[in-house]
Amino acid sequence: MVQLNLVGAVRLALKQEMERDQDVVLLGEDIGTDGGVFRATDGLIKEFGENRVIDTPLSESGIVGVAIGLALYGLKPVAEIQFEGFLYPALDQIISHAGRIRNRSRGRFHVPLVIRFPYGGGISAPEHHSDSPEALLVHTPGVKVVMPSTPYDAKGLLTSAIRDPDPVLFMEPKRVYRAIVEDVPEDDYTVPLGEAKIVREGADVTLVSWGAMMRLSREAAEKVKDTISVEVIDLRTLSPMDIATITRSVEKTGRALAVHEAPRTAGLGAEIAAVINETAFLSLEAPIERVTGFDVPFPQHKLENYYLPDTERIVKAIQKVASF
Amino acid sequence: MPREVAGKFEVSMLKVLDEEGNCDEALKPALTNDQVKQLYELMVLTRAFDDLALKLQREGRIGTYPSSRGQEATQVASAYALGESDWLFPAFREAGAYITKGWPLEMQYQYWAGDERGSKLPENNRIFTIAIPVGTQVPHAVGFAWAAKLRGDKIAVLVYFGDGASSEGDVHEGMNFAGVFKVPVVLLCQNNQWAISVPRSKQTAAETLAQRAISYGFEGVQVDGNDAFAVYKATREALDKARSGNGPTLIECVTYRMGDHTTSDDAQRYRTSRELEEWTRRDPIERLSKYMKKSGLWSNDYENKVQADAAEKVRIAVEEFESVKPPEIKDLFAWTYAELTPNLKKQYEDLARSIGGGN
Repeated sequence: MVQLNLVGAVRLALKQEMERDQDVVLLGEDIGTDGGVFRATDGLIKEFGENRVIDTPLSESGIVGVAIGLALYGLKPVAEIQFEGFLYPALDQIISHAGRIRNRSRGRFHVPLVIRFPYGGGISAPEHHSDSPEALLVHTPGVKVVMPSTPYDAKGLLTSAIRDPDPVLFMEPKRVYRAIVEDVPEDDYTVPLGEAKIVREGADVTLVSWGAMMRLSREAAEKVKDTISVEVIDLRTLSPMDIATITRSVEKTGRALAVHEAPRTAGLGAEIAAVINETAFLSLEAPIERVTGFDVPFPQHKLENYYLPDTERIVKAIQKVASF
Repeated sequence: MPREVAGKFEVSMLKVLDEEGNCDEALKPALTNDQVKQLYELMVLTRAFDDLALKLQREGRIGTYPSSRGQEATQVASAYALGESDWLFPAFREAGAYITKGWPLEMQYQYWAGDERGSKLPENNRIFTIAIPVGTQVPHAVGFAWAAKLRGDKIAVLVYFGDGASSEGDVHEGMNFAGVFKVPVVLLCQNNQWAISVPRSKQTAAETLAQRAISYGFEGVQVDGNDAFAVYKATREALDKARSGNGPTLIECVTYRMGDHTTSDDAQRYRTSRELEEWTRRDPIERLSKYMKKSGLWSNDYENKVQADAAEKVRIAVEEFESVKPPEIKDLFAWTYAELTPNLKKQYEDLARSIGGGN
């Protein structure tokens, strides 16, 4: 065991997969000598050399497009996009190619590619450094979308993502990068993609969340524990979504809410509400609540605390669902 | 301080065969007479394939199809220069290149008839899938070639795109990577003068498209794209250079799209018949046949046989692709991920149930 924060766990997963598999190569902006702006690749260029830890031109669509080519040849590229706000130039490559090449070629070609990037608000960053674009990506067939909330899961999920034969978008909650330190095994382990985790068992209300909102969701559940027993689900993989775990929980509690910092309309909370309607309607005893960001561009930091869901908003939503 | 010259550049244009089929022997590439005939036969086959595709589309037997008419020398002679281990990354208008590199004719028709199975090429074939979003394939080719270099495999990659694509960001980002990492890729720009209705002059104010390579630190050459010998020579040299570790080359083949952009387009809306007539006089197939006549490689009997063989091949290809069973609905779902996700499994089962058991 080693005590690591989330960014340290990401780094350890990258290092160990590079040791295990010669085909794993990293590419991105400032990931070599500088070790990445969040230091997720710190020191790896010294250990693996500049042919495996590659500083690229400032070229997000190029990074992803070229990484698709590397993957087609049989390498296992892990591309870093510096911030989620700079992922957008690469969306064409992700939507039009990474997610479609297996299908277009009827399985002759596939794209074992991981695209890592920090996402989300709460760090007083400039514009374009705080978005939560997961719904755009979950709406894209052919790619998987993964989002750890803890160091342990970060290492296990990233290891699975690198070994996965399909393209994986690995969203790292930058607000949590250094916020939590926990024991992480140095031994090889994986957290399987597509499996949610019940992080707190409860009987009255199901709360579904992911990424940086998990800490606040757990705090909220703790705050109301004397009156309401909340079951908290960390989705961990957003696509493919673990519908079975959500359904089983709602069948037990009869009440549910989803918490995310992305904008409200057509966010993943809407999908979760729809899924619960389809699979557990007869168990429902209250309308499903959403605690979300607003349908506005993510604000600069003078207003970000009003935008971001906080424990208070989550507590109120839990109480509303529980008392309906 | 006096200003110093910080850089000096020039772009040359390569021509080997003139419009009357006269060959500059000093520039002629090392092709045997049999190889010249093979080039010619592939170009004729490409036109037969293309002509029939247009007919099939009008009859509703295939979907939208982009004609290669007029670009046969650019496509066939460049793909003919590929080594056995080299790879070809298409855009979408390269029937001549696919035919030359061995994409079975019946599978090409099957693809254009809306069946993805047509692009599942046999494992030993080295053609990547068609890329329809313009220019997006260039980074793939660059990454693929770069991976080969990182692994120490001595192969080269040839990627096609057009004059319109040369304005797309991905083409530039791909070229930039190719230059920085000295990637064994040959970038072949089919400058066919028209991006649907927008002429070459509106894509860029630059004199040539080839000169775009200069800004990425590698060589760009312009070639008469209706001259099979010039295209072959430039591509062969660029591929050899790539394989021997000397980095990328951009080749601009100056040619002409004699047909509409696709079967959904009407080129008469935006260009004159005089322009088309001018380029028809430069027809790449006729130009090679004129050379062959002068060199004693051509006769009426030979021509009749070449035309009859081509017609027979495309006829059989149509018969074969039309006798393939339609795809099953499970194919709608099966290829999105390596394994069917629980969600997709449910969607498949729901669809199968709704159409009565499915297949």
